Amino acid sequence: MRALMFGWEFPPHILGGLGTASYGLTKGMSLQPDMDITFVIPKPWGDEDQSFLHIIGACNVPIVWKDVNWNQVNERLGGRMHPDEYFQLRNGIKYDFRRIGTNDIGCVDFSGRYPDNLLEEISNYEAVASVIAHSREFDVIHAHDWLTYPAGRFAKQISGKPMVIHVHATDYDRSRGQVNPDVYRIEKEGMDAADHIITVSNLTRNTVIEKYHQDPNKVTTVHNAVEPLSFVNELHKSARKDKVVTFLGRITMQKGPEYFVEVAARVLSRTDGVRFVMAGSGDMMNKMIRLAAQRGIADKFHFTGFLKGRAVYEMLAESDVYMMPSVSEPFGISPLEAMQCGTPSIISKQSGCAEILDHAIKTDYWDIDAMADYIHAIVKYPAMYKALRQNGLDEVNNIKWEYAGQKVRRIYDMVCGR
Amino acid sequence: MKTINFIFRVHQRSNLKRYRFFDIGNDHYYYDDYADETAVRQNTDLCYLEANRTLLEMIKSSNGKFKVSFAISGLALEQFERYAPEVIDSFQELAKTGSVEFLATPNAHSLASVYDADEFAIQTKLQTNKIKQLFGKTPTTFANTALIYSDEIGDEIAKQGYKTIMIEGAKHIMGWKSPHYVYGHAYNNKVKLLVRDNKLSDDINYRFSQWNWNEYPLTAEKFIGWINAAPAEEEVFNIFLGYEALGVLNNKNSGIFEFFKALPYHAMANGVAFATPSEVAAKAKPVDTISVLHPMSWADEEKDLSAYCANELQNEALQKLYSVAQRVHLCNDLLLKIDWQRLQDTSHFYFMTTKHYSNGMIYAEPIPYESPYEAFMNYMNVLSDFMDRVNAQYPSSIENEELNALLKTISNQEKEIASLENKLAKATKKNGK
Repeated sequence: MRALMFGWEFPPHILGGLGTASYGLTKGMSLQPDMDITFVIPKPWGDEDQSFLHIIGACNVPIVWKDVNWNQVNERLGGRMHPDEYFQLRNGIKYDFRRIGTNDIGCVDFSGRYPDNLLEEISNYEAVASVIAHSREFDVIHAHDWLTYPAGRFAKQISGKPMVIHVHATDYDRSRGQVNPDVYRIEKEGMDAADHIITVSNLTRNTVIEKYHQDPNKVTTVHNAVEPLSFVNELHKSARKDKVVTFLGRITMQKGPEYFVEVAARVLSRTDGVRFVMAGSGDMMNKMIRLAAQRGIADKFHFTGFLKGRAVYEMLAESDVYMMPSVSEPFGISPLEAMQCGTPSIISKQSGCAEILDHAIKTDYWDIDAMADYIHAIVKYPAMYKALRQNGLDEVNNIKWEYAGQKVRRIYDMVCGR
Repeated sequence: MKTINFIFRVHQRSNLKRYRFFDIGNDHYYYDDYADETAVRQNTDLCYLEANRTLLEMIKSSNGKFKVSFAISGLALEQFERYAPEVIDSFQELAKTGSVEFLATPNAHSLASVYDADEFAIQTKLQTNKIKQLFGKTPTTFANTALIYSDEIGDEIAKQGYKTIMIEGAKHIMGWKSPHYVYGHAYNNKVKLLVRDNKLSDDINYRFSQWNWNEYPLTAEKFIGWINAAPAEEEVFNIFLGYEALGVLNNKNSGIFEFFKALPYHAMANGVAFATPSEVAAKAKPVDTISVLHPMSWADEEKDLSAYCANELQNEALQKLYSVAQRVHLCNDLLLKIDWQRLQDTSHFYFMTTKHYSNGMIYAEPIPYESPYEAFMNYMNVLSDFMDRVNAQYPSSIENEELNALLKTISNQEKEIASLENKLAKATKKNGK
């Protein structure tokens, strides 16, 4: 089974959860012996792990035919792609894309991020997809998130191969209902054209069915998983007098940070020896600092700013409780990461990951009393902490990408009629 | 002659209301009266009244040959008094027939037998007094909560004056032994053990209305046939069920009441009699002894205490609860003592089990909490408040022993004063003469 995947991010250079999920899923799928994955991303940095799949950088794919020789190409690509592959891909140029600005070897530049001219980048990516679809052999197309749906659609049109799209989030999650019509159009067209739709949770599945009017039979949930932490033994929890309750993520409307502050105020009004930490940054950060001050808890409520890489896990491991009061979360991988570090998690029922976790505390994001009560219980009743920690570790260690990969494979087999 | 012992356990728990940590110290009422009343009313309408009526009819129409026994917890009687006094009336009517035996059981359907021997004895006393007061009979047979039993617990029960104890026929204890004989305690030769036949009991309890069971439908004829088919020496069949098996677990339309009504006829046609545990124990001699080192119960597949005190949540809650046992015994606050009983109900701990995540078992009772963690949190909040109240009675800085000595001195003083006053009164009388 040869899969052609279109993605936008791939570790180690990632901006959100999409890259982590793409990596985990492809790695899990590569455990199937007959699985051959080609993964297209806009701009590889050259340090991606390619041991289990083949990465094509869209910025190295020629979309305009240029008369260049082997050495020239070798020099320009600088090891990011083999020149032979370049020439093979060049044979796939069937359309005239000269309207798009290209460089001397006929490639387009991609930022690989989420720039202001995102829609232009998406359409350039579509052009690249046509070249790849004409020059390579594959059995199934798999497009990750709305940015790549047009590319997947074009590739399907050219090759006639079935397309599976993977919905990691919808615009309804990102905007709390205020959808951007352009984004909605791209999402809807992608879903309409897809042979099958994979969603990361039943929550997202319902959105796809209800808001994008898809046939329920065409939509399957494959929950995300987590990669085992290689450095879990190096993490430690230092002894300190006060217990630490942590919020970690973008401080934006979607994540419900104001509920975290209210919970903190509620807990602190009756309990000593607890501190609250809000890690991350975002457009609501200043508002939260003001809110904490208004509630008179600023002495026990701390902001760390944006955390990256190991610092994230160190923060999680140092915490006694991790809290994610997201208003709407398609999946939400961070509670699983907290549990990997042995930290009990309180998550909102409006998070996709709540569907697969038994040993995390689940409440409604607006239920401040319940969340405060659970925090009190975890910091004051040691058995609660211990049980959640141990059962959580056991549980999260059994949520593997390998199993998610097998589910995706069954969907491939189905759409390919095997 | 083969005899069947029908014994029904009757229990109604006190539901805890949602009790947040900011209620600790502010609110000392812990119960969800609405849930209690709903549950009691529902079981009363579906089960207790109808089942009592059916059994009463059976006793009357068989001239008292049909016999049945009940192990009713004190908490259940308390709930009936509050919400369904007619249930007590109908049990009293049954008691009057003389064909009904009431068993001794811990008042609060608690794990006191495992955690606190003193409390265990107190609870038995509470429950048997209540039974005596309501039904005019003093229980002589003991059935522990969920039939929890070990050699040690058996010995404790014997010390309380009971010579017959109901136990579970757990496979890991019985091995090849048949539950259809009377057995003896491992070392106390005065104690007789009656073993629950869990196969026949569960046939009625769980499988009666399961249409995919290969013996479905279970008829009285078939049931008596099984008993009759057992070897002639096997004479005692102890069928011990939650009373809710009649009408709740197996609803009225399943034909459970008709099944019971038809039992006496088929039994008598086959020469099978009915009895109560004390009658059986009085007649039969133990054929062997049974030794149980670790407590066993009738719960789940494992037949041990794992449903009640296996995980760290349950252990913590139970340890904390029984850590104040002595202090509660010392004090005289009535409300505190009522709460103390209600907080010991096994169901609180049962709700904290994490077992069902792994075995996927369906429980007879719906669990009123979303997760074991919620159950634990709510219970611990209540318990924290309760412990504060206990400690308010006696400062926690004083050790239990010290406190005990002080209280003893005080009560001795009172006795001393009373006797001296007595003497004084006599002396003045003499002088007066």
